[in-house]
Amino acid sequence: MSQPLTREQHLDLYYYMKLNRMLDEQLVRLFRQNVVVGGLYSNLGQEATSVGTAYALEKRDWIAPMIRNVGGLLVKGYKPRDILMQYMARVGSPTMGKDGTSHFGDIKVRHVVSPISMLGDLVPVMAGVAIGGRYLGQNIVAMTWVGDGATSTGAFHEGMNFAATQHAPLVLVVENNQWAYSTPVAKQVPIHDLADRAKAYGIASAIVDGNDVVAVYQTAKDAVDRCRKGEGPVLIEAKTMRMKGHAQHDGAEYVPKEMFEYWEARDPIARYEKYLTENKIWDEKTKKGLDTRIDKELKEDLEFAEKSPLPPPEFAEQGVYCDGCHTVEAVWKRSKAEVTPPKSSVKPEWEVADFGGFDLASTIAKQSAVAGATSGNGAKESSSDAGKDVPPAAARTPNSKEGQKTNGVGAKSAPRPEQHAGQHTGQRSGQQSGQRSGQQPEERSGNRAERRSEHQPEQRPGREFANRREGKFQQRGGQKAGGQRGHEQKSPSQRAMDEKSNGQPEKSSVGPRVPFGRGPKGKEGRK
Amino acid sequence: MAPVTMLEAIRQAIFEEMERDPTVVAIGEDIGVYGGAFKVTAGLLERFGWERVIDTPISETAIIGAAVGMGYQGLRPIAELQFIDFIACCFNQITNFVAKSHYRWGAPVPMVMRGPSGGGVHGGPFHSANPEMYFVHTPGLKVIYPSTAYDAKGLLKSAIRDNNPVLFFEHKFLYRRIKEELPAEDYTVPIGKAIVRREGRDLTIVTYAAMMHTSLEAAEELAKEGIEAEVVDLRTLLPLDKETILQSVKKTNKLLIVHEDTRTGGIAGEIAAVACEGAFEDLDGPILRVTAKDTPVPFSPPLEERFLPNKNDVISTARELARY
Repeated sequence: MSQPLTREQHLDLYYYMKLNRMLDEQLVRLFRQNVVVGGLYSNLGQEATSVGTAYALEKRDWIAPMIRNVGGLLVKGYKPRDILMQYMARVGSPTMGKDGTSHFGDIKVRHVVSPISMLGDLVPVMAGVAIGGRYLGQNIVAMTWVGDGATSTGAFHEGMNFAATQHAPLVLVVENNQWAYSTPVAKQVPIHDLADRAKAYGIASAIVDGNDVVAVYQTAKDAVDRCRKGEGPVLIEAKTMRMKGHAQHDGAEYVPKEMFEYWEARDPIARYEKYLTENKIWDEKTKKGLDTRIDKELKEDLEFAEKSPLPPPEFAEQGVYCDGCHTVEAVWKRSKAEVTPPKSSVKPEWEVADFGGFDLASTIAKQSAVAGATSGNGAKESSSDAGKDVPPAAARTPNSKEGQKTNGVGAKSAPRPEQHAGQHTGQRSGQQSGQRSGQQPEERSGNRAERRSEHQPEQRPGREFANRREGKFQQRGGQKAGGQRGHEQKSPSQRAMDEKSNGQPEKSSVGPRVPFGRGPKGKEGRK
Repeated sequence: MAPVTMLEAIRQAIFEEMERDPTVVAIGEDIGVYGGAFKVTAGLLERFGWERVIDTPISETAIIGAAVGMGYQGLRPIAELQFIDFIACCFNQITNFVAKSHYRWGAPVPMVMRGPSGGGVHGGPFHSANPEMYFVHTPGLKVIYPSTAYDAKGLLKSAIRDNNPVLFFEHKFLYRRIKEELPAEDYTVPIGKAIVRREGRDLTIVTYAAMMHTSLEAAEELAKEGIEAEVVDLRTLLPLDKETILQSVKKTNKLLIVHEDTRTGGIAGEIAAVACEGAFEDLDGPILRVTAKDTPVPFSPPLEERFLPNKNDVISTARELARY
């Protein structure tokens, strides 16, 4: 579980989000002045998702942003001038005019992989970065973002499937911003929660309010921590909203006005400002100081960018190949001897624990032997396996005030008019992010247990499945707890929102579980 | 040293590079425990372990994508496409992600994408293709297509050590059909250099891969008729060794291009343009080509034989050209 944020960190989050926003506004002005070359892709409304997730990483970690993740680039140390010059196609930009927008990166220092326009392609690439880093002993985590639309691509699937089979330290943030160009998410995917995609890969997932930066940060931090501990990939769905068209030319007339209004009331920066004030993390003077600093930096960077000329035409023909201009160096953090013969020698044989037949008796016996449970019975599993992690009683009390206090950040993180913390958790618990280490209370709730026994979920010891909604981590059934990775109830507000935006009744996401399949390592049978 | 097959030469190159440099890793379908569909990677897993020999799902986009990512980490992945036909499944990763990486943002992609290619073994429409020209038309890639065991080993080593993404085509008809003694010591063959396999004064045959052997056989027949053909083996298709081509054309004044790839859009067209641009004054006849038919690779033996260019096609076209 992540530590509560310090005051400095809280202010950092504000700084990056606000810088992201102000830079966005600056770019719109430049676009209108015809200074921006080509399209302009707004980040408006998604600042909390970009910043909160990237902020959970360490310097050594890798990111691959998408076009609306300028916030992540800022967190990784890029300056507004870099983004300005990219959009202005200047020679001083990181790509020297070869590419625009957020299409740039730096593998050596900042560990940023440049996105490309083909969505989903970054997923397998970052899986490779993740396993490459693991091979070199770097203990890094790789993070990338995709939109709701990109989850429709083959590359997304191949990347996640590969990452899961490799148990790669990869955090995939699915930014559900409700629209893929002009197509609503309901026409992109036939499920309500994109986090459900994770089930197909047997990996952990979480859902978070993408407009609540603290919740986003804490969800991401937990995911990053899991990855670093070697617990495999995590998929986070951040529910947010693209507050502009696909690009500047697109007026987004296809978006219902009420939908914009709904999300405008949940503007991530306004919410966070209120949160900082209410929690006395800052005062007017601090805010003013930060805003002044941002204005000053933007002004300076714009001046810098404007001074940069367009690239000389001959640059067009340069740099297709690396002819010694770059070195390729691996950063070893382990002994090379470990991966060199004879130490690397292994027996070339598969270990096959599951014979895959329809008759599950042998598989169940094997599972049980591994799990210490007698069968796929959910109740037994959770008592035998999950018991050790039971949180303090207070945390399990629904709507526990104490829980909120302990949690501090997540619970009070932002004014959510209809989504009071704990409200939607109902009987399943008022467990707060501050006590997330516990994690099982909801397992014991009635409908949970019912569903579990109905579907007789698999036992996958040593791993756990997490879900977080609205900033609270909710342990779903799963590998560790032995529960099924089922769906959750939605808060009334959540439901209302979803119906409005997708026209999908919430029960569409609570279909029967498909009980067949194999675990990520192909070793544990699933019932 | 006993002579070895081209397949063994390729295997040796991978082994020796992995021994030499722990940043070299192998990734692909069935390459580990099974040792690869053609056994090119047999024994690799046993020696180098699970972390360096990665068996993947049936997922070409993931194979190439992951290899790129590992390349960014400073590793030198060798990605195997089980049959090169399947490279179409990861076309986007290769042409959009891999090929443009260094140009766009200065990130080199030191990886090799290798796989068995070509017809003549009755593999049918999905196990016989020569898709090299899709990639020759993609700036940022290097494309190698060797014809001998010596070259295969030396060029593969160069490819692994190169900082750019290299496609390495291995003609499966040649895998076990040609044998050669190889030097005991470490050697490389430079990328981008063609070689004159047979000296001649009457015409130049520019070719590569399995057709190099067909062309050499044809040249021997032609010699009996008094036509001395010079055979240039391209070895690397991208970058193309224009210099060696032009040098030979200027010497023989006639150019015949032979390739197993289909006719339209094959590299013959490009080489003809190179010759026209660089040696037009020296040409004493039309530039001719012998290629496969413009069809998918058919399965049944008589159909595939009709599809593929053969020695007689080369001989008759060369005779025609020699008459000018």
